[in-house]
Amino acid sequence: MSKPINNRAWFFVLPVLGFVMFSAIIPMMTVVNYSVQDTMGSNQFFWNGDQWFRDLLNPTTEIGARFAGALGRNLTFSLVALLIEVPLGIGMALCLPRQGWTVGFVLVLIALPMLIPWNVVGTIWQIFARADIGLFGATLVGMGIPYNVTQDPTSAWVTIVVIDAWHWTPLVILLSYAGLRAIPDAYYQAARIDSASRWAIFTNVELPKLHKVLVIAVLLRFMQTFMIYTEPFVVTGGGPGSSTTFLAIDLVKIALGQVDLGNAAAMSLVYNLITLTICWIFYTIMTQMDKRGAE
Amino acid sequence: MARVELDHIAHSYAPKAAEPAYALHPLDVVWEEGSACALLGPSGCGKTTLLNIISGLIAPSRGRLLFNGQDVTRLPTEKRNIAQVFQFPVIYDTMTVAGNLAFPLRNRGMEKRAIEVRVAEIAELLDLTRDLNKPARNLTADAKQKISLGRGLVRSDVAAVLFDEPLTVIDPALKWELRSKLKEVHRALNVLMIYVTHDQVEALTFADQVMVMRDGEVLQRATPAELFETPEHTFVGYFIGSPGMNFLEADVAGHQAKVAGTVFELGRSYTVPAGSTKVQIGFRPDYARTAPSGDIPVKVRRIEDLGRRRLARLALGPHEIYATVPHDVTIDGEDAALTIPPNRLFVYVDGRRIIGEDRR
Repeated sequence: MSKPINNRAWFFVLPVLGFVMFSAIIPMMTVVNYSVQDTMGSNQFFWNGDQWFRDLLNPTTEIGARFAGALGRNLTFSLVALLIEVPLGIGMALCLPRQGWTVGFVLVLIALPMLIPWNVVGTIWQIFARADIGLFGATLVGMGIPYNVTQDPTSAWVTIVVIDAWHWTPLVILLSYAGLRAIPDAYYQAARIDSASRWAIFTNVELPKLHKVLVIAVLLRFMQTFMIYTEPFVVTGGGPGSSTTFLAIDLVKIALGQVDLGNAAAMSLVYNLITLTICWIFYTIMTQMDKRGAE
Repeated sequence: MARVELDHIAHSYAPKAAEPAYALHPLDVVWEEGSACALLGPSGCGKTTLLNIISGLIAPSRGRLLFNGQDVTRLPTEKRNIAQVFQFPVIYDTMTVAGNLAFPLRNRGMEKRAIEVRVAEIAELLDLTRDLNKPARNLTADAKQKISLGRGLVRSDVAAVLFDEPLTVIDPALKWELRSKLKEVHRALNVLMIYVTHDQVEALTFADQVMVMRDGEVLQRATPAELFETPEHTFVGYFIGSPGMNFLEADVAGHQAKVAGTVFELGRSYTVPAGSTKVQIGFRPDYARTAPSGDIPVKVRRIEDLGRRRLARLALGPHEIYATVPHDVTIDGEDAALTIPPNRLFVYVDGRRIIGEDRR
């Protein structure tokens, strides 16, 4: 039996196409447009070829050095955040109750930070971390620990990392908890019959079963930390100096602060490309793992 | 290896209630070392509860559990020396087959050389030698179940191997193979095996002792042949055999039973105890012969050809009866008759079989 072919069906795709044009493709093309042109103002543009990209990727130029610095800081930040949040999240998920009325209570309590918008989190911590009146900052200072978010780079870094861990470790906890709950009791029973120690159960039963969930958790956390903007913007403003100036912050400074459209366009395209590449790598790893598991 | 003894074991999931509802009624059983036993019953009959009591997952509300005369009722699972094969394959995904088999021994701090020797021995027994260095997760479900069993068997001191419906996820074609493997392992190692299932074929082919359970009660504990030939309870007769036993309500007096006006000759003389509410006679379709003429006139509703044998669905008054139609018999029309050897006819009072006296 041959299927009826009706090309009019394509017309139904048009609204979506139109929507995607306006929401993604056209804005993206304007960025591409800016990245290959220069302007002297008064809305007059001229062709600049790949010069913006050459400058950006050359660390000896001013913009290149800035970009390399921000990229390095951002990668470091993502790495530190992941190293703290993933083990902490798994550990806390293991400690959560598995049954009884406390389950719902504890889960809601843990999920609370995730329900708070980024800028509110930033504002909360901006006050919380103040060395003079903030509970956190003032307490640390009172204990004799040199702490000042706005003047000491180490303090600023620690604060941003702590904020991110506070805000997003719950995501890792919830994902791990769901993964742990999905392990049938028989596995634990079998491990007990085999006289496995608690650590052996963790490494041989729980961790392998959490594998897939953890890939998702790591992927999500990497993307979010790699795009971090609001917390450093509100709490440290990217400072002191440029110590907490991450890629997104620098990009906004260049584009909206200096209205340096060429540099900003080139930078956002490269930034986007890095994000896409990392996404692709994660996706490949995940599908490869699925394939191996299905064999 | 050991003998397992249930000393008045009973269990209720709500023991504090005024009238505790028993998931498992008080039970005394001894399983001898080296026997193969099956717990057979429908879902919710208490067989899994019993298995969990033996494995240590739950503590019985009453009674004692003895392994070789030693009380283990309150011992945790890991101290009991039992092995268990679960409904679905439980293996350690990240390890090879050899790693899986060695795991219980490594945890017990056994010496490396000795582990290798023992693992090779058990792998040989289970036909896993070729797969020893493969990752366990890539094997088929039946091979995984063998690994699961092997992890129990590597421990030479294992008291009993428990099977919790181990063939549930196995391909029908491979079920038979795995079952005969279990039999073979049982013969080779002479270890007590307790097998829980709701599949009568599995239970009857695997075990030399089958315990039929319903609603937390053991109805009969016997060899497969005894369960088939002389069911002690109407439920056993109904549950075992395909189709199950025929049960007809009857007026039993002396050596005759009257069903819907028709007289059945009983081989023995029965006295029905006073106050009984339900009196039935029972016989296997396999022993009831349908023919154009015979002892008991019946109406033929349908004859089903099952290939190996023919089965007739008959009507006797309001009752429906299954009976065999021998291959050399042809039945035309509605009218036929049933012949049942008297020694294959049993009398059940309130579900339980009663024994008649020999006819003088």
